[in-house]
Amino acid sequence: MTTSAPSLRTDAAQALRPHAEQTYAAEIEALAKADDRQRPPGWKLSPWAVTRYLLGTTLEDGTEITPKYIGARRVVEVAVATLATDRALLLLGVPGTAKTWLSEHLAAAVSGDSTLLVQGTAGTSEEAVRYGWNYARLLAEGPSEAAMVPSPVMTAMARGSIGRIEELTRMPSDVQDGLITVLSEKSLPVAELGIEVQAQRGFNIIATANDRDRGVNDLSSALRRRFNTVVLPVPDSAEDEVRIVTQRVEQLGRSLELPEVPTSLTEIKRVVTVFRELRSGMTEDNGTKVKSPSGTLSTAEAISVITSGIALAAHFGDGQLRPADVAAGIQGAVVQDRVSDGVVWREYLETVARGRDGWGEFYRACREVGA
Amino acid sequence: MGRSRLDTSGLHVLGVRHHGPGSARAVRAALEEIKPDAVLIEGPPEADALTSLVGELEPPVALLAYADTPKGDAAKDGDGARTDAGWGFWPFAGFSPEWEALRYAVGNDVPVRFCDLPAAHTLAERIAEAEERRKAEEEHARAEQEEDRPGTEPGDGTGAAGEPDGQSADGGTGEPERVRLDPLGVLAEAAGYDDAERWWDDVIEQRGAGEPSPFPAIADAMAAVRAESAPESGRDARREAYMRQTLRAVLREGHERVAVVCGAWHAPALRDVADHPVREDTALLRGLPKVKVTATWVPWTHGRLASASGYGAGVAAPGWYHHLFTAPDLPVHRWLTDAARMLREEGQPVSSSHVIEGVRLAESLAVLRGRPLAGLDEVSEALTAVLCEGAPAKAALVHHRMAVGERMGSVPPSTPMVPLQRDLIAAQKRLRLKPEPFDRDIDLDLRKDNQRERGVLLHRLRLLGVGWGVPRTPEGGRKGTFRESWRLRWDPDMDVALIEASRWGTTVASAAEARAADLAEGADLPALTSLTERCLFADLGGALPRVLSLLTDRAATDSDVTHLMEALPPLARSARYGDVRGTDGAHLRTVAEQILRRVCVGLAPAVHGLDDDAAAEFVRLIDATHTAATLLGGEGARAWTAALVALTGRDTLPGRIAGRVNRMLSDAGLLEAEELRRRLGLAMSPGAEPAGAAAWLEGFLQGSGLILVHDEHLLGLIDAWLLALPEERFTAVLPLLRRTFGAFEGPERREIGASALRLGSGPAADGGGSPAAVAVDTERAAPALATALAILTDGRSLG
Repeated sequence: MTTSAPSLRTDAAQALRPHAEQTYAAEIEALAKADDRQRPPGWKLSPWAVTRYLLGTTLEDGTEITPKYIGARRVVEVAVATLATDRALLLLGVPGTAKTWLSEHLAAAVSGDSTLLVQGTAGTSEEAVRYGWNYARLLAEGPSEAAMVPSPVMTAMARGSIGRIEELTRMPSDVQDGLITVLSEKSLPVAELGIEVQAQRGFNIIATANDRDRGVNDLSSALRRRFNTVVLPVPDSAEDEVRIVTQRVEQLGRSLELPEVPTSLTEIKRVVTVFRELRSGMTEDNGTKVKSPSGTLSTAEAISVITSGIALAAHFGDGQLRPADVAAGIQGAVVQDRVSDGVVWREYLETVARGRDGWGEFYRACREVGA
Repeated sequence: MGRSRLDTSGLHVLGVRHHGPGSARAVRAALEEIKPDAVLIEGPPEADALTSLVGELEPPVALLAYADTPKGDAAKDGDGARTDAGWGFWPFAGFSPEWEALRYAVGNDVPVRFCDLPAAHTLAERIAEAEERRKAEEEHARAEQEEDRPGTEPGDGTGAAGEPDGQSADGGTGEPERVRLDPLGVLAEAAGYDDAERWWDDVIEQRGAGEPSPFPAIADAMAAVRAESAPESGRDARREAYMRQTLRAVLREGHERVAVVCGAWHAPALRDVADHPVREDTALLRGLPKVKVTATWVPWTHGRLASASGYGAGVAAPGWYHHLFTAPDLPVHRWLTDAARMLREEGQPVSSSHVIEGVRLAESLAVLRGRPLAGLDEVSEALTAVLCEGAPAKAALVHHRMAVGERMGSVPPSTPMVPLQRDLIAAQKRLRLKPEPFDRDIDLDLRKDNQRERGVLLHRLRLLGVGWGVPRTPEGGRKGTFRESWRLRWDPDMDVALIEASRWGTTVASAAEARAADLAEGADLPALTSLTERCLFADLGGALPRVLSLLTDRAATDSDVTHLMEALPPLARSARYGDVRGTDGAHLRTVAEQILRRVCVGLAPAVHGLDDDAAAEFVRLIDATHTAATLLGGEGARAWTAALVALTGRDTLPGRIAGRVNRMLSDAGLLEAEELRRRLGLAMSPGAEPAGAAAWLEGFLQGSGLILVHDEHLLGLIDAWLLALPEERFTAVLPLLRRTFGAFEGPERREIGASALRLGSGPAADGGGSPAAVAVDTERAAPALATALAILTDGRSLG
């Protein structure tokens, strides 16, 4: 390819955030070895093995498969079954419910490649889901396959792997509708060249969309009905959420090579509790009503609060995750709107956090940050 | 043993799961192959005589066995346990294997018998348990123990029914299932399932037609599980002993091919009947307690069959099972097609391609989960992900409706019934009120005879403890004395309530009358008055004189004036509105007036020395009585106002009551403005305790503060009082004032505020008239004024 200069080639091992299929290459390989079930055409693993990959298990040869998605088993099963029926999959949910995370891992497990990604934005153009042109070549040589720049979707079709579309509802409607032919006919005509790209077996689309944002472009019903929709729930129990946060924080810490900080379960529990209580508008013992702030306070935000707390503790603190290290982060996550959320947060601190056993230090730390 | 060994070569034991469609199908196939000359079914033998009705029944139905109430012992206290526990249901759905067996036997003229432990013993045991529990509770109560003793916890292990899914003998008290090791759980675990129900569903219930009989394998599997666990004891041992005894008798009668349909758990115990010594079984069954029992068929509903309704014998989704059993083929396709139709009826655009994709998803999910056929879980997920496009609420609604698949069975008129049931059925027919298993709202216009009769019937049934109709507040606030709104929902339990109520009489009317008269004995005064009201609603003219005479007696002896005051409002309402229903209100009015007079006499002593909370409660009673007195009118109302006037003259009157009574008198025009100002001034004078003054004010302004807007002198007095308060006193009464004024509507508060401002700007020089002094054309206002006056004084002019 002429487009990429050598200086831009990067080493996966040094990547800030390796792709799922890179991070978990060993697990996928072990699963593929143990997997004796029938694989749908074009799949690297059988549906059964894909669910095992996502939900975690221990293989017979002792390989530990870490759980990637913690939550309802049926969500994963419906998602995998959908892909196996060659229907497109739409993952719906409020921000931070692991939509992208699940989609990446599904693509990695099914086709071994999670990189065929289109990010939906208000400026996403049709070229991003169909194909574009290398204009220099187009002018020099006229329309030819060499002058065409295929989109990730087209590449996925040609390779028979999974294409991913992030934030589908943020794309303009006309770009969204470009997907209809791809999903129903499973082919993408290139009128300029008089050819078409027919999707190879194993091709499918995983799209994510969040149902919280206002001002998004709702899917047309023609497109909608080509998707099976799976709504990803907010974690049911505090227990689950603490597990998710703990696991992700450990992984992130490893890949960012933060100095080893003993992850304090107390702090994680505290952050998760604060988030859950503010989100539901009710304390965990159902005793007190609290106001909910304007932000979503997703699990993903809880993870980032803890990670930045760890970084603080490692570089500036005493190497222990202390309430003071998470205080700033948690306030930043809760207080999105300075005026109204500020009131909510102060009220929460005074009415709930203040009186709780063992929360004294946390309360003081937050007060300090707020002052 | 000594005797010759029982010949069991012709014995076929069909171990089933109760309410399992696959089991039902397999039973049918097995019976057709075996061609038995006798069929035994797990169920109470009291129902043997009822099997002839099977052809006319429409499932779901249930066998109801109830303990007879001895005549002449109507509803005395000792009978409580009997009515609470003295009945049991054995439900059958169209897809129950027992039902299939019954239908087969009746259709082919094969003798059929129920072989379980007779309900006579089961119920006797249960009544004894309930009695014991009640006694224990009473003792607990006496000992002032913790109040939250688990009243619903059934008697410990002794009576535990532990069959695979414990169908039989689960009446009101609902015995715990699976107390011991869960046999299906063990088998399912061995097969690699985490859910026993699902395993059984996969292996047995979702079998198609034409597969080989599963019963020998089931019996073997159960035998293996039973070998691992302790031998049966207690009730289950007795049940199996009885089943074996019946089986032996049937075999000895010379039947050659006998089929037994029973819970899978019991299958090995019956199959190996020859290995069990007769002696032991006889010993087990000796000397069991017994009651006299009657059995009958009653209609049942899918809703009650669903375990979600908290009913012990439940299955998760009767609608799904019904569908599995009735759908000739392609159950998943048909189910999702039905769901699509239902969604379309709700106005959702669901296309055939949705259904196609739904079926594909359900099937690939089943493959992914390693199940032979898509089950309820898979179709439910396909419904959510495809047909409802991810909207869980919509899917849950449709899914729930279909999974329960509400339907109600019916029984033919020839079914044994108590006369009360027959009377009700006749009334239902006459009034065109059909018992239905879901909520239905009706509005009745009591001016129409037919509709009034419906209301009367529902009221009577309520008196009898049959809550078929429950009064509700109509939407849109349409109220009126000639209107009644009800919510109807028939529940199979109500048949039991009817049978219980049958000791009161043979018709709904006579039973309700007897019940009302019985309730009246020993009731206290407020209960009696509300009973009077209910008698009126239910048109029980026969019971009314007795209730009223008891009421007069009770009123004469009851020394607590608050009781009398509580009793008055319903009576006054009845006296006033009785005529809408065409009843004679004269007698009622006399009783009500008597009570009112007693209240007038007792009023003054009763208000002495009440604290503020008690005073607030008393104010409520005074208000209610005042309304009642106005409704009654006449001599009684005059006596009441006189009593109120007398009351205000007392010094010791609590502030709140004094304020309220003064306000009432002033509103009724019995108190001159000048006098009112004087009294307010007195209450607000500097010598009075500020807290007392604030209470006075609160009572005075309760409900509306507009009087302050209209009378600036009053406002001025309050203003002066407030300004004169020293700071700490002011702080002390501020919360009370806040409470008083906070109760007013916003505009009202604003107007008071505006008036107060005007006060500050100096005394209004020009006459001190109303705030928005508009010239009034008295001539034009006169008719309106007269009408308003007539409304206010209820058509009479008050002295």
